[in-house]
Amino acid sequence: MSEANGHKTDRLACGLGWASLGLGAVQLAAPGAVSRFSGIDDSAWSRVVVRLVGIRELFHAAVLLGSRRPAPMVWTRVAGDAMDMELLRRAMSHREGARRRRVMAASAAVAGVAAADLYTAVRANRMPGARTEPTTSLRAAITVNRPRNEVYRFWHDFENLPRFMAHLESVETIAGGYSHWKAKGPWKKAVEWDAEIIEELSDEVIAWRSVRDATVRNSGVVRFTDAPGGRGTEVRVEIHYDPPAGKVGLAFARLLGEHPEQQVSDDLRRFKQVMETGEVARSEGSPEGTRAMRQVFQHAAQPVR
Amino acid sequence: MKANCWMGRNTVEVREVPDPRILNPRDAIVRITSSAICGSDLHLYDGYVPTMKKGDILGHEFMGEVVEVGPRVSTLRVGDRVVVPFPIACGSCLACEHEMYSLCENSNPNAGMAEKLMGHAPAGIFGYSHMLGGYAGGQAQYARVPFADFGPIKIEDDLPDEQVLFLSDILPTGWMGAEMCDIKPGDIIAIWGAGPVGQFAAASAYLMGAERVICIDRFPYRLEIAACAGAETLNYEEVDILDALRDMTAGRGPDACIDAVGMEAHCPVPAMQAYDRAKQATRLETDRPYALREAILACRNGGTVSVIGVYGGLVDKFPMGSFMNRSLTMKTGQCHVQRYMEPLLKRIRNNEIDPSFIITHHLRLEDAPRGYEMFKHKENDCNKVVLKPW
Ligand SMILES: NC(=O)c1ccc[n+]([C@@H]2O[C@H](COP(=O)([O-])OP(=O)(O)OC[C@H]3O[C@@H](n4cnc5c(N)ncnc54)[C@H](O)[C@@H]3O)[C@@H](O)[C@H]2O)c1
Ligand SMILES: [Zn+2]
Ligand SMILES: [Zn+2]
Repeated sequence: MSEANGHKTDRLACGLGWASLGLGAVQLAAPGAVSRFSGIDDSAWSRVVVRLVGIRELFHAAVLLGSRRPAPMVWTRVAGDAMDMELLRRAMSHREGARRRRVMAASAAVAGVAAADLYTAVRANRMPGARTEPTTSLRAAITVNRPRNEVYRFWHDFENLPRFMAHLESVETIAGGYSHWKAKGPWKKAVEWDAEIIEELSDEVIAWRSVRDATVRNSGVVRFTDAPGGRGTEVRVEIHYDPPAGKVGLAFARLLGEHPEQQVSDDLRRFKQVMETGEVARSEGSPEGTRAMRQVFQHAAQPVR
Repeated sequence: MKANCWMGRNTVEVREVPDPRILNPRDAIVRITSSAICGSDLHLYDGYVPTMKKGDILGHEFMGEVVEVGPRVSTLRVGDRVVVPFPIACGSCLACEHEMYSLCENSNPNAGMAEKLMGHAPAGIFGYSHMLGGYAGGQAQYARVPFADFGPIKIEDDLPDEQVLFLSDILPTGWMGAEMCDIKPGDIIAIWGAGPVGQFAAASAYLMGAERVICIDRFPYRLEIAACAGAETLNYEEVDILDALRDMTAGRGPDACIDAVGMEAHCPVPAMQAYDRAKQATRLETDRPYALREAILACRNGGTVSVIGVYGGLVDKFPMGSFMNRSLTMKTGQCHVQRYMEPLLKRIRNNEIDPSFIITHHLRLEDAPRGYEMFKHKENDCNKVVLKPW
């Protein structure tokens, strides 16, 4: 599938996001009208169920509209459709006459929407890079006031990486350009993988990628150039990875305030601190040092026990 | 230990909190012997600085005795007497290499927060909001001092606390305010705000060779202290400042104007004060820049406006036309304290300056809440409060 087709799929997905937003809003604002329309207003629980479904629709909308590549997230809507169909099937089984007809009409409408969702979701799976390459790319850059060869050497020793990459627990170098990485995954689950160096040019570039069967496929490249006028070394990093719990996990992480882009620039900021001062700056408000999450939930500026 | 904590707008409380610990190899712990309340603390007290949190320990002007050092601090020993500069600086980043210590690139762990509000992040500061690092301050019995091998200055002889304490902030700040005026023979310098900062700026301007220094405020007792430092004085509640300055300089205007008032300036025109307060309350502007506006209009063509009064966010009705068409220059900054500590300590030793002349009140740390109220409302002729934690 071409890049242009990919964009079209994203636009479709976005449209579905807006539809979720509209539907969710109506379900929350007028649950009575919605349950009457779908023929289930005789049940005591109907308003509650319609409201809950409305909240779920708003979640779909947030996930779809809040993402740069929304297409793969349409799977969340497909799951929602399946749930709605099941609810309506149960509703139909014990209703008669005009009510039953209204429930049937509602089911038909949901089936139509489900077809559109399924179509978009399947298209998304065939999008460029969807299954073959790590899907998320992050970039960040920083200037470090140290000579280029020193900065290069420090990074080149991968065992140094956990000193400034917050999510890493340890990196162990194995012979032949291979290394073993351990990271704290989301929800505190540990993730481990092996990586190999695929490019290295002294004082200029280091590139690595996880070897084939890694649970979190990832790769990275870091380039070093002289900053002009003796201002030190410019460090530019690019990281590509498959987010651990897939796209949905990534969307959840974003909703909870974890911004992977921010994490990479935080890592670089700590890298600069370690290179220039020999330590990571810690305050009482941010005792672990620079971390985007911590900046949202600061400790009071009092010594921590 | 006991510490003075920010508990919300207009509320500070002295509370029992955990003792600080060494967190990094370049940290030291200081047992505080004297700590002052600064005009900058009032901006926090009044709730005009964003990203404060209930429980934050205030205070950034302090000195004391080293009681513990991290493994990488080789320049200090337990028992050393030190004054601690308020900006936290590493000493090895590009900003530090250029002696712009309040812009240290490595001391603010919450730089991301500051970047969102300011574009780029300045250094961390003790007890001065989370956007500026989230560091516990020095209005307490102890403080943790990061980069202790670089910032603090040792006081080896028996100069009393009162003479060296202000090396931590306001003496260098007043000095830098005057230095930014680039004073030439014959220059007349006008200073808005005759608080401790303005008073030190006046004394510094004379030491740098100013012909005349004019201090502007509305509190006679503060103007008197400025007069003791040699300044001429103007009370803006009695005269029109622009007229008076034009008159005193035979129409030219002061060669340089120093804003030592900052974001909470008072305005003698009630309607104007009400206008800016309303905008401030609704967060349409965060700062009330009367002194700054007036300083710009008063300055001579081609002159310099030196801003050491602290601003937090956005100002309104900035007289850009006057500023641009008359080729003015503005210089600003949180003070790069580390740059001035040594030379100013020398001047104190040589009896060229005795900074203790600004102190009007000594209080126990427990009385900090009363100190804040008195200093804020300028009651009991309060000019500068020094707190004693022990
Ligand atoms: N740049 C720095 O590094 C640095 C360091 C310390 C303090 N400061 C700032 O310097 C400023 C003064 O500090 P301070 O400790 O002297 O505070 P202060 O509150 O004791 O003094 C401020 C003075 O300004 C006067 N004032 C108010 N409105 C005025 C107006 N419109 N015109 C003239 N005078 C007016 C007040 O009457 C008061 O006497 C504060 O903004 C403080 O935050 C900056
Ligand atoms: Zn201060
Ligand atoms: Zn620095």
